[in-house]
Amino acid sequence: MTAWLLDLPLALGLFGAGAATLLARSLFGAVLGFISTGLIAALVWVRLEAPDVALTEAVIGAAATSVIILYVASRMSAGAVAPAPPPMAQRLLAGALSVLLAALLAHALQALPDPAPSLAAPILETMAPTGLGNPVTAVLMAQRALDTLLESAVLVFAVFAIWSMAPERRWGRAPGPAFIAEAQGPLAFLAKVLPPIGIVIGIYIAWVGADAPGGKFQGGAVLAAMWVLPWIAGLIAPPSISDMRLRLAIAAGPLVFLMVGLAGFAVADGFLAYPPGFAKPLILLIETAMTLSVAAALACMIAGPPERRAQP
Amino acid sequence: MSMLVSIFAATSVLAGAFFFIAGTLGLLRFGDTLSRVHALTKADNLGLGLIVLGLLPLADSLADALKLLVIWALVLLGGTTAAQLVAGAVRREQEPPP
Repeated sequence: MTAWLLDLPLALGLFGAGAATLLARSLFGAVLGFISTGLIAALVWVRLEAPDVALTEAVIGAAATSVIILYVASRMSAGAVAPAPPPMAQRLLAGALSVLLAALLAHALQALPDPAPSLAAPILETMAPTGLGNPVTAVLMAQRALDTLLESAVLVFAVFAIWSMAPERRWGRAPGPAFIAEAQGPLAFLAKVLPPIGIVIGIYIAWVGADAPGGKFQGGAVLAAMWVLPWIAGLIAPPSISDMRLRLAIAAGPLVFLMVGLAGFAVADGFLAYPPGFAKPLILLIETAMTLSVAAALACMIAGPPERRAQP
Repeated sequence: MSMLVSIFAATSVLAGAFFFIAGTLGLLRFGDTLSRVHALTKADNLGLGLIVLGLLPLADSLADALKLLVIWALVLLGGTTAAQLVAGAVRREQEPPP
């Protein structure tokens, strides 16, 4: 009855934040608009009763992506090259295409049959053998495990792409810029106090994903933040990109996933099939390795390719 | 008893919402960065604190209540650090190194 009281401000806020992002006069303002858009979108997902999507939107869409964009924005404004605004024709074309896409999406929404077709009932019926309590995780890890396997490989390729932008002579160095340590100060304090708490929370979010909203991406992102924070505070140095342990951490998730999937040929019905009774332990094994990989890959994406050391 | 709990929860959450509105107003209307940071941290500390206080008696279990308190404590820690960092940056801008 009074749901619109909550939904209307959220919908208007989402449009407003989107408009503020596009119309912002400064690069920094646009980034702030982007962060707000992500946060409001997360709240919209909560209202749509999709807490798993909301968590992912908040940690990946609003937090991790924003850190990367914020960093890029601060470097672009510090550098000598001012980005030239794209020509008018290009902006008009992009605007027209966006309007067309929005109109098509709106039309598709209107054309949906009522009630909308749903696979929720068959999923709830068939998820019992997995031993999982969260249907979203059951879909991701059992019913559509192949999609998730490919997604997990994308993370590794993303890190490859970023590292390959390093100039030849800096190959093998530590990723990203070096930050000068501040022994005192609020950032150093936070970087010392928060990681023990944040690591527990990150592992908890990943672990609880089997039965409640949460999972490897959400938990992994929190863990990545707990690694990036002391690095930005200058308390720790990231490992070199040729460090075998770092590379193994990034590849562990897809590797374990692939090995469990291949083992399915021998002990179950085929690729990515779980033997009866062992589904949950195997899924937890994959989720654990994936959490580590998501954390390592996200941290490397935020750090960027190896670059010149900061002058002290 | 449940009536009293409801009244306590509603009062507390409304008081928290008031601090958020006041903090937002301050953020929009105050003239300089330090005052704006001051207004914003009130929303974080008191506003969220009162909302969490109001929600505590409505929590399903002790674990849920503890999670609410942890969320408040983490927001306090994050908000305080961010406020200090912003204030530090303002200070560095105003006093150029000799």
